[in-house]
Amino acid sequence: MYTKDGESYFIVDAHVALWDARRENQRNVHGEQFIDCFYDYHRNLSPESELWGHEEFLYAGGERLMKDLFTDGYVDHAIFQPAYLGEFYKTGFGQTEEAFALSQAHPDKLTYNHNFDPRNGEAGLDQLRADAERFGLQGVKLYTAEWHGDSRGWSMRDPWTYRYLEVCREVGIKNIHIHKGPTIRPLDRDAFDVADIDSCASDFTDLNFIVEHVGLPRLEDFCWIATQEPNVHGGLAVAMPFIHSRPRYFAQIIGELLYWIGEDRIQFSSDYSIWTPRWLVERFVDFQIPEDMTEYAPLTLAQKKKILGLNAASMYGIEVPEHLRLPEDLADSGETATGPREPAAGDRDSLVGAGR
Amino acid sequence: MTTFLPDPLAPPLEDRLLDVDPRTRHTGLAREAYDALDVVLDPELDEPVTDLGFVRSLAVAPGSHGSTDVEVHLRLPTSFCSPSFAYLMAGDAQDVLTALEWTGRVVVELDEHHDSAVINAGLASGSGWAGTYAAEEASSLEELRATFRRKAHTAAMERCLTDLLRADDTLTEEALADVVLGDLAAGEHRDALLRRREALGLRTDDEAPVLVDAAGVPHPREQVPMALRRARSTRVSVDGNAHFCRGLLRTRYPGSDADQTRRADGSEPADTTYHAATPTTAQKETQR
Repeated sequence: MYTKDGESYFIVDAHVALWDARRENQRNVHGEQFIDCFYDYHRNLSPESELWGHEEFLYAGGERLMKDLFTDGYVDHAIFQPAYLGEFYKTGFGQTEEAFALSQAHPDKLTYNHNFDPRNGEAGLDQLRADAERFGLQGVKLYTAEWHGDSRGWSMRDPWTYRYLEVCREVGIKNIHIHKGPTIRPLDRDAFDVADIDSCASDFTDLNFIVEHVGLPRLEDFCWIATQEPNVHGGLAVAMPFIHSRPRYFAQIIGELLYWIGEDRIQFSSDYSIWTPRWLVERFVDFQIPEDMTEYAPLTLAQKKKILGLNAASMYGIEVPEHLRLPEDLADSGETATGPREPAAGDRDSLVGAGR
Repeated sequence: MTTFLPDPLAPPLEDRLLDVDPRTRHTGLAREAYDALDVVLDPELDEPVTDLGFVRSLAVAPGSHGSTDVEVHLRLPTSFCSPSFAYLMAGDAQDVLTALEWTGRVVVELDEHHDSAVINAGLASGSGWAGTYAAEEASSLEELRATFRRKAHTAAMERCLTDLLRADDTLTEEALADVVLGDLAAGEHRDALLRRREALGLRTDDEAPVLVDAAGVPHPREQVPMALRRARSTRVSVDGNAHFCRGLLRTRYPGSDADQTRRADGSEPADTTYHAATPTTAQKETQR
């Protein structure tokens, strides 16, 4: 919980990881390249006071995670979204056993999501059933750019993916988090293309599809798909830290999301441990759309509360103390709407008019 | 052999002038080769590799039969940048350098990318994109290029129309349906739009409507506000990605800001080149 100016916010960090990218766990040069890429994101977008050294960035460990998220970071509940990356790291990138053990020790604070890879075929389907039972899975994190033998990526449209989604349905996994990365298949396509999400969201209307990084670098394509599909949501991992170095861009991201998909389908996350939640929560509560960006409506208190935690809490059935909920008249009906949000956001008068 | 790798002994960036046009550090044939790379675009960011700082080094040396050999090294903001874009830029660089009448052997290499080995071998053997990734049944990259050409046009169009809206309080979004190219004020944004239209084969005369789709077809009046909003999300994306990529390159390769021109669209005070007086990408484009 975070409190400022008499208002209290329930915080769900919807995308965190406990990774091990230390040398001894790197399988090859790609393991080093991958974590260095993350570290450059960290260095490029963090305030100086929040910078980590390279060594500590390679592995945070459970104790530090608990401190950074819950002691220092105002987080009430966090959700593990592990990437496997078995081709790059010996025991994988996300540390399954360590993270799951933590979530078992702190079930009120942590939810463990796992992953699957449709290229594992029939055996993977059985594994998914077993994982769902062992971990009590509500969600999975999928990384379509994952390497697998000679394959350098897969699509949400693949027939095998559909078989896995059918098993998700069967075992009660409702929340499908998808991270787009630079897959090289299909080679002649845009590697970050989010179009495949459109198909599976239409075909599995009883599942939630949370597109991590709000589709960045394909924000516009994500917005267009998400505005038409009520079960497509946006996770703010990687988008959040722009609040520091590129606040105008951040305002545009939030402004576009609120316009196209509305306030009920956006989820806060720090993407720990690329960033830590404390400063992101503080900054977001203080944040406002710059005055001169009249094409976007100002952020409301209710919108901030929903984004910071209430939306993800509702998706994951996380109990929110009464005093941290929204008053009835501000809460939504639970149904998400489609189509651009009118009229407050971005109508022509607010674009050209001087005042608000 | 002349090389232009960053000098490790150079003073910290803030003590140097960012106001030096990166091109002027090259002379003679090297300068000619560097300038030739101005047409090699990052399709997604809609900017030349020479403005983005992606040219890590360029060297010329005497070749056989009076020709001159060129070796260019390219660098990208992350080692996991998309291989298709990486190949596209490296392949285009090789093509434009080979097309210069004085060049002999042309070597283009992509440094420190997760697929450097594959891409560089493909470039060296001239196997092309499809040959390089034959195992993956690659087809042409042209559709990819076309997609981003359309996005570049959409973003350029939005900039012009938003300029108009900001300049005239009485103008409604619906009224943008009537705006023609002749209504746009002269300047970088209009010039850029005209070039993007040309690239798509769209009309560039003064009577041509501005708010059109990629085929040049105007939107029905009632759909104009929505078309503008969609175009805006594209522009936000292009500008945001361009600055993020530029920033990541500066983080990955300290000192590389000296090789970047200033991008005015989407610029924020945190950018090291924010106050630089070098020509902007758009100004440079106009000069060409």
